[in-house]
Amino acid sequence: MNLISPVLETHNLNIYYGDFRAVTDVNIQIPRHKITAIIGPSGCGKSTLLRAFNRMNELVPNTHIEGEIIFEGQNLYGRDIDPVEVRYRIGMVFQKPNPFPKSIYENVAWAARIHGYRGNLDELVESSLTKAALWDEVKDILKQSALSLSGGQQQRLCIARAIAVQPEVILMDEPASALDPIATLKIEELMQSLKKDYTIVIVTHNMQQAARASDYTSMMMLAENTRSGTVIEFEETNTLFTRPKDKRTEDYVTGRFG
Amino acid sequence: MNYGYPIRNKGLQKKIKPGETVIHVLLFLAGFISIFTTIGIVFVLGKDAWLFFRLPEVNLWDFLTGTSWQPHINKFGILPLFTSTLLTTAIAMTIAIPLGLAAAIYLSEYASQKARKIIKPTLELLAGIPTIVYGYFALTMVTPLLRSIFGANIVEIYNTGSAGLVMGILILPLVASICEDSLSAVPRTLRDAAYGLGATKLEVAIKIVLPAALSGISAAIILGITRAIGETMIVAVAAGAGPNLTLNPFKGAETMTGHIVRISGGDLSYDSIDYNSIFAIGLFLFLITLVLNIISQRIVRKYREVYE
Repeated sequence: MNLISPVLETHNLNIYYGDFRAVTDVNIQIPRHKITAIIGPSGCGKSTLLRAFNRMNELVPNTHIEGEIIFEGQNLYGRDIDPVEVRYRIGMVFQKPNPFPKSIYENVAWAARIHGYRGNLDELVESSLTKAALWDEVKDILKQSALSLSGGQQQRLCIARAIAVQPEVILMDEPASALDPIATLKIEELMQSLKKDYTIVIVTHNMQQAARASDYTSMMMLAENTRSGTVIEFEETNTLFTRPKDKRTEDYVTGRFG
Repeated sequence: MNYGYPIRNKGLQKKIKPGETVIHVLLFLAGFISIFTTIGIVFVLGKDAWLFFRLPEVNLWDFLTGTSWQPHINKFGILPLFTSTLLTTAIAMTIAIPLGLAAAIYLSEYASQKARKIIKPTLELLAGIPTIVYGYFALTMVTPLLRSIFGANIVEIYNTGSAGLVMGILILPLVASICEDSLSAVPRTLRDAAYGLGATKLEVAIKIVLPAALSGISAAIILGITRAIGETMIVAVAAGAGPNLTLNPFKGAETMTGHIVRISGGDLSYDSIDYNSIFAIGLFLFLITLVLNIISQRIVRKYREVYE
């Protein structure tokens, strides 16, 4: 599959933890202003691949990559690339809601402050919380600790916090796996409303979620012999779920796997 | 029916298990010894301090506010001893807090696994040096250094500054170690969140990890202060003999602990007024450290609730 102008593009990407190759030969393109899901069984390297897109992997000692990831014409792993600048433009939402132990307001405003935001901070906080569908619930308690919110609200706060930086891409690592079905639905609706401004890449092991919420799906699987994960199929979500080309994808999405 | 097991207790009643009981009692006694010791200390301090305060020459108000401690003319004002304790403690903490915190931030946020493995034990080694050694280090190394910098006519041979500085070095590993524990206890996920927003290492360390660990750090500081107030050998050797009401760190001045050492080292007759007076000072010290300990425990308890 070749897209006209992908936001992110991997070329023969291999990711290593020490000597162990966790992800092998990934060549995918992430389409602009779409939601791309990465699915696959546990331990197949979905999160590792996702975290390679904003260089979060290297916070773990002894990780390295081979190959390249092209973002807007530049190799993210080029010699002169600063990972801090990469993460400023490619944001991330994590599996477990992880708000800072600060006020709701401060959670959203924090990154704007460190990046020297020149606009009106109050407006930025309000618009970010509104986009994250949280404003109405928290507008009267902005000074309260973020930890007083429910899990679902905390996760939407984390999304608001990521949006406030105005990144181009938002990476989501199983953002709803710690949430109940209602909170999950809210996050999925939120993703739909966000995709007109952002490119979203989401890791999920919930296939219904991928089928419901994403435009493109990348199917990952462990290779039998090397125990290393790779992308075995990358298609429009509809196609991948209804007419999978790979037998393993078919078995997985129909629940017949393993 | 029981293949290999002894016959089971059909009625399910309690069996007497002597081993369990003995261990239970031993463990209880182990815990009780520290409580018993504390009670004993309070009793001894309280009893002799009571004998002191009961004397007609002494009253509590003069004890707490008097500016002169001269037992031979019945002047028992604790302020000169108390201020020099405060002075040495303050000097020690100006060394121990910034350096300890900086070392802790380095160890927890910056140091590689390898560097940490070398630096942490080395730092903890500092805490294992006998305090008498520190005392003579102050007297024979730091004091001459101070005298060569500020002038021998300004810096006395015995002075609180030198004792305070060395006490700071003694306390540094304690502060660093507890601060490092509380910084490392800040969940990885909080750091990830900040890095994911494009924060630099320094921003993550100073603006996210440090505030999240603040209660642990305050507990470390209070424990350090407690240690400094109670520290005896360094001040006994290097801070000077003789109560002196001054805030000048270049002058000699005896601290509460230093005074107790000097007086109890001499041949005091049991039940003399001098003898009883040191128990009053001891009780006063005990109360200060007790209050500080209670405060730090409160803070530590609060710190456990911070992230959830």
